Amino acid sequence: MFKATVLIKRRPSILDPQGVAVEKGAKHLGITNIKSTRIGKLIEFDVDLSDRNEAEKEVNLYCSKLLSNPIMEDFEFKLEEVK
Amino acid sequence: MSLKFGVVVFPGSNCDHDAYYSLRKVLNYDVEFLWHKDTDLKQSSVILLPGGFSYGDYLRTGSVARFSPIMNSVISFANKGGIVIGICNGFQILLEAGLLPGVMIRNNSLKFACKDVYLKTENRETIFSAEISEATKALKIPIAHGEGNYFADIELLKELEANRQILFRYSDKDGNVNDENNPNGSQLNIAGIVNKNGNVMGMMPHPERACDPTLGRTDGQLIFKSIANYILN
Repeated sequence: MFKATVLIKRRPSILDPQGVAVEKGAKHLGITNIKSTRIGKLIEFDVDLSDRNEAEKEVNLYCSKLLSNPIMEDFEFKLEEVK
Repeated sequence: MSLKFGVVVFPGSNCDHDAYYSLRKVLNYDVEFLWHKDTDLKQSSVILLPGGFSYGDYLRTGSVARFSPIMNSVISFANKGGIVIGICNGFQILLEAGLLPGVMIRNNSLKFACKDVYLKTENRETIFSAEISEATKALKIPIAHGEGNYFADIELLKELEANRQILFRYSDKDGNVNDENNPNGSQLNIAGIVNKNGNVMGMMPHPERACDPTLGRTDGQLIFKSIANYILN
């Protein structure tokens, strides 16, 4: 079994209205040295397979078909073996 | 071909009954609900994906509904030239399903926008717009969405324009398209598009909420009448 951690990031070319708004909040708080805030997603799940290659294949499919939208997002993931 | 609308009901759809009401009670068309777990389109000649918050809008709007069993039937129906219209969340589902190009992101205001808007019709030669006369400067139809900010890269925008796929753009009441009347930050003020073949249409505004004269706005009827006339004639 593997524990998967997926990181989904919005493509740099795509506006992130949430990031822009959050950064405005930072300015109101007096945190002024922040720029280019981008908000993504962190998704964790278990993969019930013992072979790492097979697990990677499964996670790739999950990420590309459902968890991310390839038009606007990129994903990366790591697999950690759990006993 | 006989005219029959099939309105798909996803968990979280909330404009399915509005659509049914407008089509059945106001316009007197044949309509049937289609359950998302079914695969039978029940001889519908038009499929309508209604507005709402299918699957709670989790992950991305429309991303989970797109894999409902009924969507396989809708996709093959559309690929064979069947007429499909997606309204609001229905538009978002069509984008996720790849039946229409582009993506929808959060409104640039970050606010849920719920108000009447005006739409300039950019192409009157489609299944969905033939009944909109030249004299109609703009349609008055309400929007109600938090993620209606249409995004496409430059190449895609050029393609949409070249193929006349942009159907509606947010405008003022005289049909002038400008930033001031863009309620969500959509590129080129895009409010509705069709696919290349012209048989699939998605729009963020709600024409089904602008049909009953009691509500004081009836421009939405023109869209459904265009579809009906196309099929009946």
